[in-house]
Amino acid sequence: MSPLLIYVLLSIVKIVVVLVILLMCVAYTVLLERKVVGRIQNRFGPSRVGPFGLLQPLADGLKLFLKEDIMPASVYRPLYILAPIIALACALLSIAVIPFGANIQFHGVDMFQIADLNIGLLVILGVTSIGVYGIALSGWSSNNKYSLLGSLRSSAQMVSYELALGLSLIGVVIRAESLSLRKIVDSQSAHGILSWNVFGGFQIVAFFIYLIAAYAETNRAPFDLVEAESELTGGYHTEYSSMKFAMFFMAEYANMITVGCVATLLFFGGWTSPFGNLLPTPHNIVIQALLPVFWFVLKVFFFVFLYIWVRGTTPRFRYDQLMGFGWKFLIPLAIANIVVAALIYAPR
Amino acid sequence: MYLVIFFIFGALCIGGALNLLLQRHPINSALSLIVVMTSLAVLYLLLGAEFLAAAQVIVYSGAIMVLFTFVIMLLNAGEEERTRGSRAAYLVGFPGVAALLGLLTCIFLSVRTPLGNAQLGGGTLVTTADLSRVLFRDLLLPFEVTSVLILVAILGAVALARKES
Repeated sequence: MSPLLIYVLLSIVKIVVVLVILLMCVAYTVLLERKVVGRIQNRFGPSRVGPFGLLQPLADGLKLFLKEDIMPASVYRPLYILAPIIALACALLSIAVIPFGANIQFHGVDMFQIADLNIGLLVILGVTSIGVYGIALSGWSSNNKYSLLGSLRSSAQMVSYELALGLSLIGVVIRAESLSLRKIVDSQSAHGILSWNVFGGFQIVAFFIYLIAAYAETNRAPFDLVEAESELTGGYHTEYSSMKFAMFFMAEYANMITVGCVATLLFFGGWTSPFGNLLPTPHNIVIQALLPVFWFVLKVFFFVFLYIWVRGTTPRFRYDQLMGFGWKFLIPLAIANIVVAALIYAPR
Repeated sequence: MYLVIFFIFGALCIGGALNLLLQRHPINSALSLIVVMTSLAVLYLLLGAEFLAAAQVIVYSGAIMVLFTFVIMLLNAGEEERTRGSRAAYLVGFPGVAALLGLLTCIFLSVRTPLGNAQLGGGTLVTTADLSRVLFRDLLLPFEVTSVLILVAILGAVALARKES
């Protein structure tokens, strides 16, 4: 076979495998959330379908798939259909630039990353900023007051917090001197946990700014004013049913996982081990390749768990508090952080 | 390969631009404009300007057009109406556009060499580091002056929007 054909085939295999794993993770994150929030509220969560309720995502998926797809009479059809597609496509797109493990080549193809771009970080930011349209258009095209209010809130919130989010990443970029996600991880790989950006890179403030802004970007509690049930019934997806609703749902959880991946890559050393060179390098080549992936998955799992934990414990912001916090506190803090990071790394 | 991508996104760009003009509803026009800007970003990428492409998506498609759609949604703007003025625009507009297009083509073809040769895919990659070297070293003063200008514009907007107390 010609090298080009091998390259194309391997890339397709890679994309399919990553997407299947991502969608499985999405399904089981939903279950994890129901279980953990259940425990936080002193109840069991789903426990009837399969052992420990492990088949619940399958049952939920089947239910959503078989439900009647209701299209209200007064919606603006093209955009009503387009909106969930935009939301889900953007949520799945950003996983393409995320490296899951060390750069191991197989027939000249990087095994643990779909595409290594020089501007990987900017691609993620760009895709996130396009993702706003999914929510904005769904609210407008539904022709429903609650939906419109929800999507207006969401657009304003996402535009505001995007600034703080982008600014918080600059310290990391200054340290790595690159926007490539692999190079950013490489810059933190010297001494295990001590050289991770969150500790050794002096980016702990940036990390918390990123985390807060990312929670607001993904419209999760305590920033879930977009779908605040007590005031807006369902928010932007009030009029959606069946698979279209499921697409918004999947997009939200896929975004959570992406945020977990980006936080891991930028602040927690990506796939590098927290013990640095203290652990002996395993001799088996397969374990050597998969151990970094294990560390990566563990860190991402921590962030997904944190998402659920925060959702289970914090009350919702009021809208003016949300805007004030974003513009008057997070953005000035992020700018101050850039100045400090520049001063630290300028002498190099 | 590059040529195929160029034709796909070039066609998408022109199609989006035409759709922008032909659609009666403002939100459809705004969405067509997003298509135009995003396909422009792909064209930049084909020419090797990766940072410019990302900035185009983040700033234009992501931030500015969100504000456009935001305003359209808030005002709940309806379909545009045809007036005598808009009919006259057809008569003046098409010859005007044709003349402008001819003029621009003429100028670009005659001053080809000083503009430099951009090539599809084969050209040199303008990395983020190259761009920032030009922006923050060679052109530092114009860059900073522009940012002051933008700051003044923001202050002006705040002063205009402030309520009389």
